[in-house]
Amino acid sequence: MSSDVRFTDFKSHVQPTWCPGCGDFGTMNGLMKALANTGKDPDETFVTTGIGCSGKLATYLDTYSFHGVHGRALPVAIGTKIANPNLTVVAAGGDGDGYSIGGNHFIHAVRRNVDMTYMVMDNRIYGLTKGQASPTSREELETGTTPQGQEQPPINPLALALAADATFIAQSFASDAQRHTEIMEAAIEHDGFGYVNVLSPCVTFNDLDTYDYYQDAIVDLEDRDHDPTDLNAAEEKILDPDHEYLGVLYRDPDRRSYDQRHGFDSSMAEVPDGAPEGAEKLVDEFY
Amino acid sequence: MADDFNWAVGGAAGDGIDSTGKIFAQALSRAGRHVFTSKDYASRIRGGYTAYKIRTSTEQVGSVVDRLDMLVALTQRAIDENADELHDGSVIIYDGEDIGDAEIPGDATGVDVPLESLAAEAGGAIMRNVVAMGAACELADFPIESLDEVLEKRFEEKGSKIVENNRTAARKGQAYVQDECDVETDYELETTDNDYVLLNGNEAVGMGAIAAGCKFFGGYPITPASEIMEYLSGRIEQFGGHVVQSEDELAALNVTLGAARAGARAMTATSGPGIDLMSETFGLAAQTETPLVIVDVQRGSPSTGLPTKQEQGDLNMALYGSHGDIDRFVLAPTSVADAFWKTVEAFNLAEKYQIPVYVLTDLSLTVTERTYPRETFDMDEVEVERGRIVDEDEVDQWVDEDGHFTPHAVTEDGISPRAFPGTNGAAHHTTGLEHDELGLRTEDVDERVEQVHKRERKTETAIEREDWDYEEYGDPDSDTLVISWGSNEGAMLEAMEFLEEDGISVRFLSVPYMFPRPDLTEEIESAEDVIVVECNISGQFADQLEHDVLTRVDRVNKYNGVRFKADELAQEIKETLEMEVTA
Repeated sequence: MSSDVRFTDFKSHVQPTWCPGCGDFGTMNGLMKALANTGKDPDETFVTTGIGCSGKLATYLDTYSFHGVHGRALPVAIGTKIANPNLTVVAAGGDGDGYSIGGNHFIHAVRRNVDMTYMVMDNRIYGLTKGQASPTSREELETGTTPQGQEQPPINPLALALAADATFIAQSFASDAQRHTEIMEAAIEHDGFGYVNVLSPCVTFNDLDTYDYYQDAIVDLEDRDHDPTDLNAAEEKILDPDHEYLGVLYRDPDRRSYDQRHGFDSSMAEVPDGAPEGAEKLVDEFY
Repeated sequence: MADDFNWAVGGAAGDGIDSTGKIFAQALSRAGRHVFTSKDYASRIRGGYTAYKIRTSTEQVGSVVDRLDMLVALTQRAIDENADELHDGSVIIYDGEDIGDAEIPGDATGVDVPLESLAAEAGGAIMRNVVAMGAACELADFPIESLDEVLEKRFEEKGSKIVENNRTAARKGQAYVQDECDVETDYELETTDNDYVLLNGNEAVGMGAIAAGCKFFGGYPITPASEIMEYLSGRIEQFGGHVVQSEDELAALNVTLGAARAGARAMTATSGPGIDLMSETFGLAAQTETPLVIVDVQRGSPSTGLPTKQEQGDLNMALYGSHGDIDRFVLAPTSVADAFWKTVEAFNLAEKYQIPVYVLTDLSLTVTERTYPRETFDMDEVEVERGRIVDEDEVDQWVDEDGHFTPHAVTEDGISPRAFPGTNGAAHHTTGLEHDELGLRTEDVDERVEQVHKRERKTETAIEREDWDYEEYGDPDSDTLVISWGSNEGAMLEAMEFLEEDGISVRFLSVPYMFPRPDLTEEIESAEDVIVVECNISGQFADQLEHDVLTRVDRVNKYNGVRFKADELAQEIKETLEMEVTA
């Protein structure tokens, strides 16, 4: 199946209910194209999401998909990948899901470096609950819960990933279909935890981080002479407060994934009809 | 009552109390004696007071008693803490060079043995506890060769020199008592030819999991459950499994759930505070019909409470925890051996009924090491039943008119087909939202009600198909009925012997199934006095039994997502009353 798989093979029959113009459409299409372009089989792909507008994504893919509780897409994905290393595993979530309620899982998933992809659909607002401040909302953003602005700086998730020893950090933009797809392909093909923060404008509740804003603010690393394997260069870009970078910011091609370290090679779904061979020796230990 | 002997080693945390106690317990077990151990301990790493207590007999022992016959005291506090348990015939081994003139309570006998000096002579002061065990062998008339075997097993990896030094240390203790101490005891610990294994409840749960084919464990350290994760780490890998120590309990249950979605038999183990955090994902597992085994090793009190003390206070949480109406099964093993078998059963129930299953153990069960004949854990008796798993060839039997796989198909027995990711043609969505047969979100009242009924039917099917039995002991004709759940069984069985001495006979039911549970209406109604025994203040199981037997309310329930409407409610009540009349 892998050679002639098309991106529509990843599309389910369910019609998305995102607002017209939502960045999540482009974000999702890029993921589907990247899965198809890298030759993945929908029946061997597992996509998990948390709660929020981003959480709906799992419904729109014709793969095995799981829509769990708020903030916990990553641990579900990690468990699935370890139990069946033959699967292609993608976790997706929003900025609230991944950086607020699931922030702890994000840090530890990064450092565990399981061979999977994490796509954050970052709209810098809580959309599904109708417009409250999120951890990536900029200070000046006025919302229902922050009518005077944030009074606190946004989190820098790329820096958080870097500090947690990430092996792949990238950022893309929902409306740049070609670059977003390329970046997702690189993340999927990365042998380890491929993390992509996708700037995905919320056209309904965020009037600050708009398509127009990003068109002006984004700097594509392809236009800069950026070497993603250079940690210092990556750090410099990630900590730069004045630009929104697009592209693969950092990649460690050498570090072994959690899967490789543990030598996972087969599905754990097979169980014998009785106790596994050699189980008696467990009893012997107590003698 | 068993002709029992009660031995303890006590001192400060960090004195090697646990390993010393375990070595002596293993020596007794190897000598064909039954052993039941317990621990006094506080939640600290060094200092304080801790003791490892052993009750031993040639007959099966299933409880502790308030009587101590021999104490190895490494501190004066170890003596003071046990003053109430010591009696005229008690012997206390202590090192006068270390703790000075020990204050010996009452008519107990103090035996001053220079443990550290003798250990130093044997090759290192670190072996002082082994010297004490040698002295104990002599004072209890127990063959020191049984101790030798355990020392060899324990230290063989460190080389023959270390083994030999330890043996020498034990003999120095023995010889010192023989030659230097003028003390007579009546103790004589007989040996038998029986082969016993010695293990605790946490180890039994861990071994049961591997026996059941569990290949994935996700956990976060917590007292007193960490030992299950420690047991599995290094062992489960030999059977193709893996342990993930996650960042918190939220993640622990979610990685476990993720592995279960992939088709692995998956388990987590924690204690009450961890269950609090897992409650959200527990609901997710139930709603998505994901089979999971969750072990709750109960400890004392709410919040951080009494982390190192006994309580059976989590029954209500296991039965009712997490929001919404949730289907779940709850098993409560009654002994160390039962912890093994109930863990195996929990995996079968979880998969057959696609439901999260609690195994409720408690601190007392897991700090207790107990002997059993080897065949108690006969691996050939382990059966694995996985329920309705669908492979590639069977997918087309479970698709809708458009060819979509139906992971929540509405079936007569409530059980739907399960296809693991990677199964061709069965790709499907799964969500914590209410869903239709395809697994897609729905708010349609009919589909919602259908799914509620479908999930409910799984429990009805399980009640019909499985044994939800209890063990019965004592006098079946007695008017006094005693009921207990979980680990109280051992103490109750022996309490019955005490009661017999006072001419009181009882009928005792030991219940391992909390939900579904056996219907005890008849047993309760036919008894004059009914006593429910449990380690908590509110009587959580007693409440359940009273609920089962005494509740006489009619119920009007609505659960389609729409509130009651006044006219509809009036009609429902009228219909209920009419049913009453016709009934």
